[in-house]
Amino acid sequence: MARLNEANVVYAKEIIGRYPMPRSATIPLLHLAQQQDGYVTNEAIKHIGELVGASSAEVLGTATFYEMFKFEPVGKFVVNICGTMSCALLGAEELLHHAEEALGIKAGSTTPDGMFTLERAECQAACTEAPCLQVNYRYRYRVTPRDLDNLIEDLRSGRLDGEIPSHGTVARVRQHIPSERAVGAVPPDDVKGAPVWMPAPAPAEAQK
Amino acid sequence: MIGTTYPHAPGFVAGDRPRIVTSRFEFDDAHTLDRYLATGGYKGLQAALAKSPTEVHDDVKGATVLGRGGAGFPAGVKWGLTPQAVWPRYLVVNGDESEPGTYKDRLLMELDPHQLIEGCLIACYAAGLSQCFLYIRGEMALAQERVATALNEAYAAGYIGKNILGTNFSVDIVLHWGAGAYVVGEETALIESLEGNRGMPRLKPPYFPAAIGLYGKPTIVNNVETLANLPWLMTNGVEAYTAIGTATSPGTRMVAVSGHVKRPGVFEIINGTTTFRDLLYGEEFCGGIRDDNELKAFVPGGGSAPWFVPDQLDLPFENKLVSAAGSMLGSGAVMVMDETTDIPAAALTLTRFYAHESCGKCVPCREGGTWLERIMRRIVDGHGSQRDLDQLIEVGETICPGAFPHAASDRLGLDAVPFPYKMTTICFVGPSAYAPVHSALTLFRDEFEAKLVQRNLIPVSVGGAP
Repeated sequence: MARLNEANVVYAKEIIGRYPMPRSATIPLLHLAQQQDGYVTNEAIKHIGELVGASSAEVLGTATFYEMFKFEPVGKFVVNICGTMSCALLGAEELLHHAEEALGIKAGSTTPDGMFTLERAECQAACTEAPCLQVNYRYRYRVTPRDLDNLIEDLRSGRLDGEIPSHGTVARVRQHIPSERAVGAVPPDDVKGAPVWMPAPAPAEAQK
Repeated sequence: MIGTTYPHAPGFVAGDRPRIVTSRFEFDDAHTLDRYLATGGYKGLQAALAKSPTEVHDDVKGATVLGRGGAGFPAGVKWGLTPQAVWPRYLVVNGDESEPGTYKDRLLMELDPHQLIEGCLIACYAAGLSQCFLYIRGEMALAQERVATALNEAYAAGYIGKNILGTNFSVDIVLHWGAGAYVVGEETALIESLEGNRGMPRLKPPYFPAAIGLYGKPTIVNNVETLANLPWLMTNGVEAYTAIGTATSPGTRMVAVSGHVKRPGVFEIINGTTTFRDLLYGEEFCGGIRDDNELKAFVPGGGSAPWFVPDQLDLPFENKLVSAAGSMLGSGAVMVMDETTDIPAAALTLTRFYAHESCGKCVPCREGGTWLERIMRRIVDGHGSQRDLDQLIEVGETICPGAFPHAASDRLGLDAVPFPYKMTTICFVGPSAYAPVHSALTLFRDEFEAKLVQRNLIPVSVGGAP
C-alpha cells in the first residue's frame, strides 16, 4: 500500500510548485506521507522520488537523517519525554522511568495495543517549563508523575482526540498561496538581473 | 516577585522594561492579523517601503542589529556580504530553535507570527532578496500552524506576494518545516536540508552562505528574533533603537533562564547592561536560587557554551566581555545549577545531546562525541578510573586542539582562558560535546575524582587498558 493518495498528490504538487527546485519539497512530502499512513512506507519513498525527480535511495537517504520520520508503524500517540539539561535538572529521568512503569514498556518501544510509543527526546525548546514532554508534538509543561498518569488516561479514553491528532499529523493548518497573489518560483539559473525594486547598479558595478 | 505572566504565553514574564519584540505578548490573540494591525502592525513595512532599499539597509547597519541566533554577527553587515551583481538572492529564516536551554524563537513564532513576517519582508526589500523560505523546526506543531495561518492572512491582505502595498516590491514567503535534527540549525546544514538533502554542514570556505548558499546562490540566513526586531526598528527609527542598551550591544534580547531558580522564565532584557546577577537574583527576573540554595554553576549561552561559576555573576550581557571571561552569550539561554547538582551527571546530559545530534560528517565529532559520552556515562555510573579523566581531555583535544576556553575561579586560583577555541570539525556540534565536559572537569574536578573506582580496569572496557 501507500503511495500518496489522489488528494495528497494534488497537495504535493502545490508544495513542489513553491520551490525553485522540486527536490526542496522532499521533507514536506515525507511529512505528507507520514500523515497519510502514520509512518513512511517504501512505496511512498518511491512515489516521492518520482514527484521530486530523485531516486528512492536519495529520498530514503534524506528521510533517515531526520528523527521525526518513522519507517515502521508506531503508536497512535508518540510520547517524547525531554531528557536534556534543563529538564534533567528538574526530574526528567524520574519522569521517564515513571512513564516506562506506567506504560509497561521501555523508551524506544510501542505498547502491544498500538496506542503509545515512548521516546526519550532531546531539547524541545520549552526549557523554562521543565520537565516537559510532547504527545505527537503537542506540549505538556512542568509535568509531574501524577500529571503523566492523568495524561495517559485521557489519551487512552480519547478525551484529547480533538486536541491531539494521531501520529503523522503535525500542523493541521497548511499554507496556501493564492495564485493571483503569488510571485511564483523561478529556477535559480533563469533569474537574470536584480529584482525590479532594487536601485540600478552604480556604473563601476555595471562594468563587472 | 515582580512581573506579569500570561497563560497563553508559557514561561514569558513581562516587566517594566522596554519591549521591542514581545510588545504584543500580553494579548491572547496577538497572532491574528486584526490584533497585529490594531497594535501598529505592518507600519514598519510601510516606513521601509517609503525609503530606498539602500536607506533601509543603512538603518539596519546603523542600528547594529546583532544576530540573535548564537554568533552575534550584525545583520546589516551580513546582508552586505553578498557578491555584487549576482542574482537571485534568497532569505532563509532559521526557526530551527533547538540549542539546549533556548526558548524564545518558538514563542515569537507562536505568539506574534506577523511580526516575523513583517521582518522578513523588510529584510527582502532592503537586501534585494527575491524569495523567502521560513524554516520552522519540525517538532513545533503550534508554531507551524500559527505561522501558516498568518501567512495565509497576510497574502490575502496584500502584505505578501505580487506588488506589495501597491509598490513594485514583490516577494513570496514559503513556509518550510523540518523533521528533527539539531545540526540543521547550522546555516549551511539548514540550506542542505532546504534543498532536500541530509542536513550536514557544508565544507568551508566560503564561510558565509551570503556568497554561495541555497542552490549555489547568495543566501542570507537570519534568526527569527533578529528579524522580529526589524518592524520596531523601522517604525521607531535608529535613534530610538540605539537609545536602549549599549553602543556595541544595542536594543534588547530575549533570554530564557531555566533550571534551579525560583522563577524560571523568558525575559526580554536590555542588551549590554543587564548582568547575570540581575537575571538570577533580581525580583523582576528569577528571584534567586530555588530554596535559597547556593549557586554552583550556570551555563550562560546555551548548551554549547563553557560554564560560569558565581565569580562571573556581575558580567553583563555583552559579547566581548563574556568572550574575554571564557564563554559566549550564544542564543540567550541560561541554565542554572544549585549546590545540590551532581556536576558530572549534569554535564553528561549535554554531552549525550551533542553526541546524539552529530551528523557524522567529521570524524572527531562523530567518534569523539560518542567516546566522550561513553566515558562520562562510565564515570557517572561509578565505573570510571583515573585514566578516564585523562582520556576525556585527550579526546577533547582531538576535537579542539590547544587551550580550551574556561572561566576564572577564585576558589581554584584559575585565570580565564578567553573564547573562542580552535576546532578540527566543520561546525560547532563537536566542540559543543566537549564544552560541558571541559568546564565540569576544570571547575569541579573533585566531583569527578570522588566518583572514580580505585581498582584496575577490566581489560575489555571501552577505551582500552591503562
